[in-house]
Amino acid sequence: MALIDVTGLEKTYLIDDVATPALNGVSFAIEKGEFVAIMGPSGSGKSTLLHILGFLDKHTAGEYRFDGKKIDDYSEEDLARVRNRKMGFVFQSFNLLSRTSVYENVKLPLLYSDLKESLWHERVLEAIESVKLSHRVNHFSSQLSGGEKQRVAIARALINKPEVIFADEPTGNLDSKSGQTIMEILQDLNEKYGHTIILITHETYTAEHARRIVHILDGKISSDKKVERRAQADHFIK
Amino acid sequence: MTLRHSFQTALTGLRTHKSRSALTILGIVIGITAIILVMSLGEGAQKLILGQIQSIGAKTIAVLPGRQPKGPTDIIATFTDSLRQKDLVALERKSNAPYLDKLMPIVFGSQNAAYGGETYRPNIFGVTGLFALIYDVYPEEGRNITEDDVRSYADVVIIGSKVKDELFGNQNALGEKIKIKGRNFKVVGILPEKGQLSFLNFDEIAVIPYTTAQQYIFGIKYYHRLVAQADTEDHVPATVKDIQRTLRISHNITDPDKDDFSVQTQAQAMETVGTILNVLTMFLASVAAISLLVGGVGIMNIMLVSVTERTQEIGLRKAIGATPKDILTQFLLEAIILTVVGGIIGIALGTSLSLTISLILSKVLLLSWSFSFPFGAAALGVGVAAAVGLVFGLYPARQAALKNPIEALQYE
Repeated sequence: MALIDVTGLEKTYLIDDVATPALNGVSFAIEKGEFVAIMGPSGSGKSTLLHILGFLDKHTAGEYRFDGKKIDDYSEEDLARVRNRKMGFVFQSFNLLSRTSVYENVKLPLLYSDLKESLWHERVLEAIESVKLSHRVNHFSSQLSGGEKQRVAIARALINKPEVIFADEPTGNLDSKSGQTIMEILQDLNEKYGHTIILITHETYTAEHARRIVHILDGKISSDKKVERRAQADHFIK
Repeated sequence: MTLRHSFQTALTGLRTHKSRSALTILGIVIGITAIILVMSLGEGAQKLILGQIQSIGAKTIAVLPGRQPKGPTDIIATFTDSLRQKDLVALERKSNAPYLDKLMPIVFGSQNAAYGGETYRPNIFGVTGLFALIYDVYPEEGRNITEDDVRSYADVVIIGSKVKDELFGNQNALGEKIKIKGRNFKVVGILPEKGQLSFLNFDEIAVIPYTTAQQYIFGIKYYHRLVAQADTEDHVPATVKDIQRTLRISHNITDPDKDDFSVQTQAQAMETVGTILNVLTMFLASVAAISLLVGGVGIMNIMLVSVTERTQEIGLRKAIGATPKDILTQFLLEAIILTVVGGIIGIALGTSLSLTISLILSKVLLLSWSFSFPFGAAALGVGVAAAVGLVFGLYPARQAALKNPIEALQYE
């Protein structure tokens, strides 16, 4: 059974009473443990697709099954619970809480989980260690560089050991070296820890870190291929 | 999310936005302080004035000459010379007014008084020996006016503390003679400092026998007022009726509408003054309510801004697993913490200001002022502040909590 299974997915935005289609019948499936890059020019609908897959937005037609269950059958609370326990998000603009420490930022998802509080501290330190930011634990997020901020965001995404990590242009705001580090981490998370990773990018080189590339154009899948020659980043997690 | 964590999250939220939290609290503090101060002082003033009226005694009845106006076109204060000696005689007859215990005629008016080179214009009070008993003022030095003084048209005077200071300064006054309207009055008593008591400043009076006052000072045959006391408070209404009946017979009046006198009791006076004071307090309270409203608008603004500018934060919290309920709880708690803290500070500040003012009034200005804590006003103030905080904090928070996470996240 596929982790993610969409059939005829559509999304139409109503802007001033004018219907603007963003997704126009997307069908594909993603298995557990895959590393998929979704590519496409801006306005192609790739971000919309990711938001719907990550329960951040709702589709207007078609069917979406997550873990075998139609998402129409989930209540608001269920959606929140799945987002909390099975999904992790990494955004282009990091979305960390400002004036809040690295530790508190990474801990945030635990507040909404049912993990025993006695395990929190260890879990937070572990996640921060895995992105090599142990020396920054008590720094405010605003005191970090862009690459470090994105690593904090990854640690936050990892904290509940999610099945799937959604990364929306994670390297978009970073210099190439920091971007490379982020890709190393994502690759390691996929290969060593078996996290399913869905990545959005418009850079071919970045996309080639994945195993599979899905191209979106005008709200439809234009191609869906395995990556022949995969860009192999150095292992970040050794 | 457990309540404890919601609480911690709310506290963290408030701490990371210190100046905004402080401003919100300030708005609440100002509103609540104002309402508590006004209500507390209003209540104090009411107690003070009613207490002063009461100190003259609930048994006291005043008979005024002249007719009560019956309408806007009625000419008031006619028959101002209607109270005469025959009335006094009639009322003193036990069969006419069996419960009447004390009866004293009064004549008054201001006149210059002189001693050596000093002059002062006190209020001259022509009374009988009952003066001290009825008004509860006894000379600090010397003696009272006696019935003998009244009978013999004696030229004796008891002076108030201010009159003594003005005429004699630090010199001895007792036994000295002061000149009023060409006559020499021997000072036989000096009143203690009493201050203003029920519309009459006892420090600025000169008390003499009413007979002397009528004959030599004012040159009149009538009285300006009769002051009576019933033997008990319960007999006041009956005594009022007895006085009215006796005076009507004495004045040959059959139609009560044509009365050329009026009878007032302390109870009536208290009721009238109480009503006026209530209106005043309500007026002040509505001024305070406006300041509470202004404070409320402040809270409203800050809550709206606070939630709107944190829409992204709400989006992020939703993305990582917060339910709409978690979001609402967080903002609800933030609003509650702000209101409770602001409320406590406001109540403390309002109470201590009011306490300070009442201390100044009672210790420095020597008024018999008593502090009282207005529970109703405190509850109202905190209630309004809380309601405003909750409504204007929760409404936008709810809007944000119900948005798709991505809409909130991308909100600018």
